[in-house]
Amino acid sequence: MSKFKKKKGGDLPAISTASLPDIVFMLLFFFMVATVMRDSTLMVANTLPAADQVQKLDKKDRVMYIYAGKPSDRYQDKFGTQPKIQLNDKFATVADVGAFVLAERASKRQELQNVLTTALKVDGETNMGLITDIKQELRKVNALKINYTTRNGDYSQNLK
Amino acid sequence: MAKRSAPEVNAGSMADIAFLLLIFFLVTTTIETDSGLNRKLPPMEDVVDPPVIKERNIFTVVVNKNNDLLVEEKPMQISELREAAVAFLDNGGGKGDDACDFCQGARDTSSSDNPEKAVISLKNDRETDYRVYIAVQNELVAAYNELRNREFARLNPNLGLSFVEADRRYSDPRTSTSDKESLKPRLAEVKALFPQKLSEAEPSKTN
Repeated sequence: MSKFKKKKGGDLPAISTASLPDIVFMLLFFFMVATVMRDSTLMVANTLPAADQVQKLDKKDRVMYIYAGKPSDRYQDKFGTQPKIQLNDKFATVADVGAFVLAERASKRQELQNVLTTALKVDGETNMGLITDIKQELRKVNALKINYTTRNGDYSQNLK
Repeated sequence: MAKRSAPEVNAGSMADIAFLLLIFFLVTTTIETDSGLNRKLPPMEDVVDPPVIKERNIFTVVVNKNNDLLVEEKPMQISELREAAVAFLDNGGGKGDDACDFCQGARDTSSSDNPEKAVISLKNDRETDYRVYIAVQNELVAAYNELRNREFARLNPNLGLSFVEADRRYSDPRTSTSDKESLKPRLAEVKALFPQKLSEAEPSKTN
């Protein structure tokens, strides 16, 4: 009988964690595929207004972003609370917009240069004056396709 | 009996490495794609001979610095704007060459001749809030979309899609080329019936 008798320890056998890397890799690949890198850190408040008649933005390589809004808390003692424009990682003035668009355009592939869209990511609290100035600058450099980036939602959320 | 198994490579730290990568991608990831209202700005060059547009074909919307709305010289709430814009665009008051055979509006002679001639002019003050401006833009685009949906359903009764859905499918990169080819003329047809003539005028100065 003793031949078939198993060694019987008191403790439970350890759960095998050999498949843990597989599970983690699966998740990893999912996030690697779904990821879009954030290319600039936001330095302005950016609560986008809501709209529901929206269209999707073009592919990412055909879009350039212009951010605007009040500087975030940590920049307020240096830059004040008036809405500002952010281009790439720097605060900029209206006069810099044209040069920025031209530089962005030059950095894209030839066949994309005419189909670029400018996405305006502007905080809802901003006055239209700043946006109008940006639009005038964009017209000067002939960047006429724009997109007011919004969040999905009913327009009435904007009126509070 | 002594049992000997082949020595295994220790894979215990693989999970750690994978976790490290996973956390990196989790932090950098932004899954949702951006969406918003697409607009086209007018080119900068001065028009030598600006076309004359009849007053009745222009639907003026003014947003002042207190975020109040003035539509056709009368104050209005944003909730009523969509309806008013639809009524204006769909009016079809023109006669003869300007007649609009698909319009279902009131055919008021003091409102627009036909959708092709109808222009919405949106004016804002420098102190208007951006979020209110977007709300107004949204309602005006909604008015166009409502009419385009109606015409799209009338012209393509068997498709089972609205204009907005069809347009979204058309711009979706996953749609096959043959689908796109069949959607393209249908979309263009409806866009020609209700062209989006939304002019963003230069801002008025605050005094």
